[in-house]
Order: sequence, then C-alpha cells, then structure tokens
Amino acid sequence: MNWVADHADELFTVSLEHLRLALLPVLVGLLLSLPLGWAANRWRIARLVLVPVSGLLYTIPSLALFVMMPLLIGTQILDPLNVQVALTVYTVALLVRSIADALAAVPEPVIAAATAMGYRAVGRFFAVELPLAIPVMVAGLRVAAVSNISLVAVGQIIGVGGLGYFLLHGAQSPPNYPEIISGIVLIVVLALLVDLLLALAGRALTPWARSRPGGSR
Amino acid sequence: MIEFQAVTKRYDDGTVAVDHLDLTIEDGRVTVLVGPSGCGKTTSLRMINRMVEASSGTILLDGKDIRDQPAAALRRGIGYVIQNAGLFPHRSVLDNVATVPILLGTKKAAARKRAAELLETVGLPAEMGKRYPGQLSGGQQQRVGVARALAADPPVLLMDEPFSAVDPIVRDDLQDELLRLQSELGKTIVFVTHDIDEAIKLGDKVAVLRVGGQLAQYDSPSALLAKPVDDFVASFVGRDRGYRALGFLSAHGIEVKPVAAVALGATVDEARRALEGGWAVVVDDTRRPVGWVSEVSLSTVEGQVRREWLVSGGSLYVADAEGKAGSLRTALDAALSSPAALGITVDGEGALVGAVTAESVLAALAKARQAGEVPL
Repeated sequence: MNWVADHADELFTVSLEHLRLALLPVLVGLLLSLPLGWAANRWRIARLVLVPVSGLLYTIPSLALFVMMPLLIGTQILDPLNVQVALTVYTVALLVRSIADALAAVPEPVIAAATAMGYRAVGRFFAVELPLAIPVMVAGLRVAAVSNISLVAVGQIIGVGGLGYFLLHGAQSPPNYPEIISGIVLIVVLALLVDLLLALAGRALTPWARSRPGGSR
Repeated sequence: MIEFQAVTKRYDDGTVAVDHLDLTIEDGRVTVLVGPSGCGKTTSLRMINRMVEASSGTILLDGKDIRDQPAAALRRGIGYVIQNAGLFPHRSVLDNVATVPILLGTKKAAARKRAAELLETVGLPAEMGKRYPGQLSGGQQQRVGVARALAADPPVLLMDEPFSAVDPIVRDDLQDELLRLQSELGKTIVFVTHDIDEAIKLGDKVAVLRVGGQLAQYDSPSALLAKPVDDFVASFVGRDRGYRALGFLSAHGIEVKPVAAVALGATVDEARRALEGGWAVVVDDTRRPVGWVSEVSLSTVEGQVRREWLVSGGSLYVADAEGKAGSLRTALDAALSSPAALGITVDGEGALVGAVTAESVLAALAKARQAGEVPL
C-alpha cells in the first residue's frame, strides 16, 4: 500500500485525465446524436439506415477501431484524437437508437396537441419532444459513459493516457500489483460515480416522471 | 362563422376521407360533427386549424381563407381539445394551461395568474395547478384540456372526442359543465363525437356524416330525431329516437294532479288513511319527496313512518314555477319509473307539487302535434 500513498497525487491527476478522455466523447456524441436521432424518428428511410449502421458500429472491437482511425481520419497512430473519435463513434452508435426510440415514444396526442397549440416544428422539438425523451436518453447516456470509461483504458495500448497507464506499466515484469489494482479500482469507482451522477441528473431533470397518480384526488 | 366550401380530403393512397363537404358553422353555437368511424369527422375538424390540409375546396374563417396566414399563427387563435386531453406530462397543470398565451408573448407570471383563474372556471381548485398531469384523474385532465384551449380566449374551440375516454358518469358531468361554460362564454364550438346521444345533448346543430366523408344531414337535434332524411341517419340516430325526441318538447301546460302525501314521522295510522290508490308519497320537513309508502309496506309496521321502510321513488319531473317546465321526456320518465305510476313533480327548490301520469304526457304530446310544435 506504500505505493498507493506515494503515488496518490499522480493517481488523482490521471483519474481526472481519464474522465476527460472518456466524457468529452460522450458530450460530442450526444450533440451529434440529437439531429441523427431526430432524423431517424422523422423519416422512415433515415431510420432504416441509421439504426442498423449505428448498431453495426458498436460491434467493432475497440482496439480495431482505435488502430483503424489513422486510416479513416488521417491522424498519426499515437494521436490521442484516435481514441476520442472512436469513443465518439461508440457514443453515437448507442445514442442514435435511444433518441430515435425515445422520440417515437412521445404519445401522439401530446404531439398533436402541441401542434394544435401553435408550436412550429423546431419549437415543439425543444419544448415538448426533447424533454419527454430525457428519461430514455439518460439511460443511453449512462451506458455510453460507463462503456467509455472502461474503453479509455484499452486506448492506453496506443498511448492515449488515463488510468490504463497503471495497468500496462504495472504489468511489466516484475508485476507491480498495487499499481494494477489501483488502476482497476479507480476505473470502477469512476464508472460507478459517473453513472450515479447521471442518474441523479436525470431524476432532477424529470420531476414529472416521479409523480404518480393517487395523491389527493 | 366557419364555412366549408366543397372541401375534399383525398390521401395519397386514394382514400377519400372527406368528400365535397359544404357546411356553414354558426358563431356562438355548438356544432357537432357525428358519424361512424371512417366518416371523416376528425379529418374535417383538423382541416379547420390546418392540422390536415384540404386537397381541394376552401375553408373560410370569418370570411377569410384559413390559408391566408401561417398555420402556427392560425392555430394560436383557435382553441383545441383533444381526446385523452393530450396534456404535456412534463409541465405542471398551470404551465399546460398557460401554453398558448406564452407562445403569443404574454409574460409568464401573467399567463400563470390567468391560468389559475381558468382552472377555477372549469371547476378545479387553483392549487391543482402545481401538480403534473400524471397526478390527475382522467376527468380532471380533460377539464385542464378545456382550460388550456380557453387560455388565450379564442373565439373558436375545436373539440375532438374530448370526453370519449372517461367513464359515463364523469362524461355526463363534463358535458353539463361544457354546456354551463358555453352559456357564459358563447364560443363557436365545433365538437366531434361518435356518440349520437352526446351530439344531441350538446349540439345546437348536428352534422351527421356517413362513411366516405359525405354530409348526410345537417339539422337541429330535434329535427334530426323527428325527421331523419334517410335510413342511414334514422339507424344512426337510433332505436329510441321517438322517446328521445320528447326531450325537445316542453312539458309546459301538462296536467299536474294533486298526490296523496304524508310527512316523515307521521303515524302509521295517519299514513294508512292518506293512501290513495294504495300509495302515498312521503315528504321531509321541507316538503321534498323522499320515497313512497303503500298498503303493503305499511301492513307490517307500527308507530311512526320511518325512512328505512320507504319504497324508493322514481326520477323526478321538475316543473319550475317560473314557467320553465322540464321536457315531456323527463315527465314521462318520472311516471314510468315511479312505483305508483305517478310521476312525482317538484318545483325549482325540489318541493313536492303533485304528480303526472303517462297518459297526461301522451295527451300533451297529442296537443303539441296538433299545434304543429312537433317537427314533422
């Protein structure tokens, strides 16, 4: 345990770095998924293309995607951007379907009522459809965030940084088990923490979803 | 005034939902579009606020083509109540009601204040405004839907089967409430339903549509019941139409006979002496009828007449003292539902006046026919 005490500062700094590497793609992916998910819900043909393609993307092994990136976007093999872009792709793959499904689940009478009240399409999307899609979207975001936090560690194989460093560095001979275990534990703790925070944020954003009939009538 | 001029809606697959509809909807009245499913009633309604665009023909609102202004602007000036209320689940009841005023640029605080007043107008406590729609019963949600449609005080209100998803008792309340509101507000209401009874209860005019979107008949409810133009309308209007038509004839002038009455708490002997034809009606200390006693029911008891022994009464016929009599239908129903075959007649306060018989209702009907009051 001396190793942990000696490296506490480093563990903390690298954890933050790890979070940044994992969550920035979640944010970018969300922003990209919103218009794509909207399109997939709006046009049948867009859904027929976007949903299977995004599903397919998610089946590509992460390491394969990381090392393919230079070919696709013309970066150097060790460029951290490779992992960032790949994780963004995964996020989009998860969220496009979630968002399309969430938008499709908004009850038709609610949309018809919004139209009849005089909302234009864009105003209606942000005022009615998007807020109602939040619960399903948050569920998708939680999966994407947790998945990214673990995938960043794999990215260390192509030198991206983050907590994966302790796994690879600690595994050199002779193995430094406190270092390896510290890395694993921190990755798990970060994943749980982010998952919890997203769940709480989702709850805070959707007070109506907690209200059930049966108060005083 | 809303005018449909040769309006047709044909979908891409060739289905004709509405076929050359000509219809003039009068201001300040309730016009009901009624018909079986597939008759294009909802499509016709939704063409008024351009939720559905007509394929051909013109719809005029107060003389102006509805296509002259952008659809969203048109819609903000027309109230809309949808089946299942269609409330926004993520907004409080108050914010739901304030939707259109806020879209029109009213400040949030002012819109909410007005929304709270509207909740009371539709019979809900203002405190309910803080809740979410999911916390309300179906009937309450539907009232909120009406309040939301009224929020910007539009002259025209479109109602698309608004009460069809609530249970019959609540529906009856909501219908009465709508009639009360309408008597205060005088909106131009276009109301869609598949329920002919609802159409006849609510409509000043009723348009019966047939499958394929053709207008079969456009008339007042009483004329519709008395004089359906063809077999389709006759069968749609229903089996009991002769009986229901009595609902449009005032029972004013019908003979109300005195009826044997005893007070609650009178002795059984007094009650026995009061019986006429084996029956007497029992009244409380404000002379409201509470039930009947008969020779049979009094034969096994002693002491004073008590509530528990009473034979329950039928429906009541209200003959208002100010000459506003009920309908022949309520008079006949009172007579038919009474255990003594005497329809208990009360005044506006509910106090006993006398009794009517089925014969006297039929006599009044014959008189009305002779006087030409029955549409033929």
